[in-house]
Amino acid sequence: MTENIRSFPGTPLSEQDFEEGKILFNYDELNGKFSWDTGIAIGSYLAGLKNGVILGSRCSTCRKTVVPPRTVCEWCFRPMQEYVPLHDTGTVNTFSLCYVTWDMKRLTDPQIPAVIEIDGASPLHGIMHLLKEVDPQKVHIGMRVKAVWKSAEERTGAITDIQYFKPVKEV
Amino acid sequence: MNERVAIVGIGWSGYRSKSADLSYKELIYESAVKAYADAGVDPRKDIQSFVTVAEDFHEGTSIFDEYTPDQLGAALKPVHTITGDGLHGLATAYMLVKTGQFDIVAVEGHSKASNILTLPEVTAYAQDPILNRPLRFNTHFVAGLEMNRFLFETGTTQEQCAAVVQKNRRNALNNPKAPYGADLTLEDILSGPVLSWPLGKRDSAEHSDGAIVMVLASESTARHLNDKPIWILGMGWCNDSPSLESREWGELPYIQKAAQIAYRQAGFRNPQGIIDFAEIDDTYSYKELQSLEALGFCLPGEAGILTEDGATEVDGELPVNASGGSLGMGHMIDATGLARALEVVLQLRGEAGLYQLEDVNVGLAQSWRGIPTTSGAVAVLAN
Amino acid sequence: MTMRKVAVIGAGMTKFVRRAQETPKELSWLATRMALESCELTLDDIEAVCMGTAPDSFDGIHMKGEYLSDGAGAWRKPYMRSYVGGGTGVFVPIQGWYHVASGMFDVVLVVAEEKMSNFYPHAQAAFLTIFDHTTERPLGPNLLWIFALEMNRYMTTYGISKEDIARVSVQHKRNAANHPCALLGDPDITVEDVLNSEVLAYPVQRYDVSPVSDGAVAIVLAAEHVAKRLTDKPVWVEGVGWNLDTAHWTNRDLVYPRYVEYAARMAYDMAGIKEPKKEIHIAEPYDPFDYKALHHLEGLQLAERGQAPQLYIDGTAARDGNMPVCPSGGLLGVGNPIAAAGLMKIAELFWQLRGEAGDRQVPGQPRRGIAQAWGDLMQVGTVVIMGR
Repeated sequence: MTENIRSFPGTPLSEQDFEEGKILFNYDELNGKFSWDTGIAIGSYLAGLKNGVILGSRCSTCRKTVVPPRTVCEWCFRPMQEYVPLHDTGTVNTFSLCYVTWDMKRLTDPQIPAVIEIDGASPLHGIMHLLKEVDPQKVHIGMRVKAVWKSAEERTGAITDIQYFKPVKEV
Repeated sequence: MNERVAIVGIGWSGYRSKSADLSYKELIYESAVKAYADAGVDPRKDIQSFVTVAEDFHEGTSIFDEYTPDQLGAALKPVHTITGDGLHGLATAYMLVKTGQFDIVAVEGHSKASNILTLPEVTAYAQDPILNRPLRFNTHFVAGLEMNRFLFETGTTQEQCAAVVQKNRRNALNNPKAPYGADLTLEDILSGPVLSWPLGKRDSAEHSDGAIVMVLASESTARHLNDKPIWILGMGWCNDSPSLESREWGELPYIQKAAQIAYRQAGFRNPQGIIDFAEIDDTYSYKELQSLEALGFCLPGEAGILTEDGATEVDGELPVNASGGSLGMGHMIDATGLARALEVVLQLRGEAGLYQLEDVNVGLAQSWRGIPTTSGAVAVLAN
Repeated sequence: MTMRKVAVIGAGMTKFVRRAQETPKELSWLATRMALESCELTLDDIEAVCMGTAPDSFDGIHMKGEYLSDGAGAWRKPYMRSYVGGGTGVFVPIQGWYHVASGMFDVVLVVAEEKMSNFYPHAQAAFLTIFDHTTERPLGPNLLWIFALEMNRYMTTYGISKEDIARVSVQHKRNAANHPCALLGDPDITVEDVLNSEVLAYPVQRYDVSPVSDGAVAIVLAAEHVAKRLTDKPVWVEGVGWNLDTAHWTNRDLVYPRYVEYAARMAYDMAGIKEPKKEIHIAEPYDPFDYKALHHLEGLQLAERGQAPQLYIDGTAARDGNMPVCPSGGLLGVGNPIAAAGLMKIAELFWQLRGEAGDRQVPGQPRRGIAQAWGDLMQVGTVVIMGR
């Protein structure tokens, strides 16, 4: 590399260094607690979910129906004031078969996250959720799916009010 | 390039202890709409770059810049985040215009402090994780250490610090935006609970939620946009040592240097007689005094006396925090510096209403990033 | 109006390792010192410092930029940390560029540092909090998901095979075998090795992914009049671009990175480049996953949509090809200490364009290179074009 550089600094450690107690460290668990205000748009979305409805919003200028609903259209910057109930069915836009958890623990049966284009929203407009009740090998892009809801009593106004999506018989 | 840079649009929302009716995105949208209308610009067509300020731990979201573009009208545009105070954001937007590549740039800062349920703990996570954090002190202890040393070195008294609180919270009574206006006696302030002696709870600003957006433009563009451009004469920012073990406690070398940088650009050395008023850091009462000295408005030890004498009152020689400052308006975490700059702009435009100062042409805004940092910024603005 | 020219005049970096003994401050300082020594400057010559580092949650340190400031040499200096997620490593030199191009400063130090091993038990978990707190986080998402979702969409739309994608990983890891700082250089790795590696999140397998790492990189930027005084071989920042797409990532097609295209067009305009395929001699696209390099080459207009795999099949992307891609070894080979990995690409272009890249030197005296990074929720593109 440059004539001045003879060697590069940095000292790699191995697992053994820790096992043998050569390395001292300080362990701390963070206590960051938050209660995020959901506001108008996402607040309405969550209220919709509690009632078993996926809510979108419509921009009359861009003629787009988006999900989840929002206060402002990101493309024309005009307020979005029209809320639209969408269907709880949709099409898999893309998916993955995930064999590790969010903190990298190994799974035998994969989790199946997917982006699902929601019926009633504009094309390519979807939400991220999970697929279940399906053979992982049979999931495909373009697959038709339907939401499986918690019972009305169990719903709290959260994205998890939809337990997951499952395939619908293609006609 | 030598073209000057102006603030041509301002918008704000919030200044409330809670804002449960709006999400942070909606607060920001409200401010952005106002700022763009004020500047007469369409963000989708006219604004070429956007700067936001935020810290992940204040948002409870990692990589928070993900969520910045939509409510600013900035989707698919050059947007970036500075993990700094609002004045760092302002300085960044200023530099972008100065490159000559951008004519109109927007800057945004916000606070949803009310959503952080464990704010003292979160603030403590800014301490060195090996050397300081395991001691588990009340997070305000850093301010207690600094205040004690400042009082010791300068002979400033707790009463003089309390006079800052009294002034700023009284000023806030005239500011309809300010949620913490109050008419307190010095005794009320001094008899409050102790946080970390000599620092009392009433020396410390409460928090508020809100959002601020500003639009900056190059000189040639500014002249087309509106008839009330506020010129940025100089911007400076600086850090001192982050270590609690090896920093100056009594003085603020980072504010001294930030001010020197800003003053040099503005073309003067000494602010006295040039700057008509200031909106400066008062996260804690003593910081206003310490900052006044670091900014060169007076010598060490004089700021407390001047405050007691009324020199920093709205009708004094150098009105300081006529808006009420953070003590009166609430500390807005990362947006605090923008809040101060906004007040300077309002004064220079003659739009400050009940607390409008007379005959002001040059104003100064200054900020500090809060404990345990040694990071601050200074802006000199003129009409 | 003419813009102030800005040059890179020095660079330094630490080894990229799985777990470093040095603290984040020390890593920053090691890279900083090397960058200063490489252009025979001291901290006294530095007028301002720009810092790049990715989420605070890795280190569990709030306001990590403030914590790192003395390690990055920012004591009593103007100092700011910029942040665009994974795109930060190529953004922070842009931040340095506007510090100088604005006329505010003549000599600026740019530092990027990451210590991912601080997070316990695994840095991956820190990524949970990048998702929307209300609409996504309750589903327990992990970072691999978004890559897997995007990769699947890209493969399926264009009919690209896993084998086509594995070639990227192989070439980058082989290139990295010549990089003295590399964590995962392997001269003998094959496509089969990649295809047979553990499935993490179909279609993503172990060897499709760059390794979590610790490391730091620093460069020195100078205004034209200073650069010419200090070095015979300044490398000019000819163009910069950055772009952030909407946060609503489930409301757009992941098959093509529009934001990278917009960032690239901004940089090409600034550099006066009309035909990128002809005028760019070395490309360092962001490659945290192998398919990402392909995705980004398309966004950078260096390949047609869906055609980037061809560059690896016909040898164009090889170190001795017409347009070498990631001659450094990229993130897949050298390692991925997030922000530092992006700035490593800038350092690589600096060394390559000066003809100082040693065993990795691209033949034919390349004149111009492009580096790019990506980040957030498949959302941000950052681009720097450098030339001599």
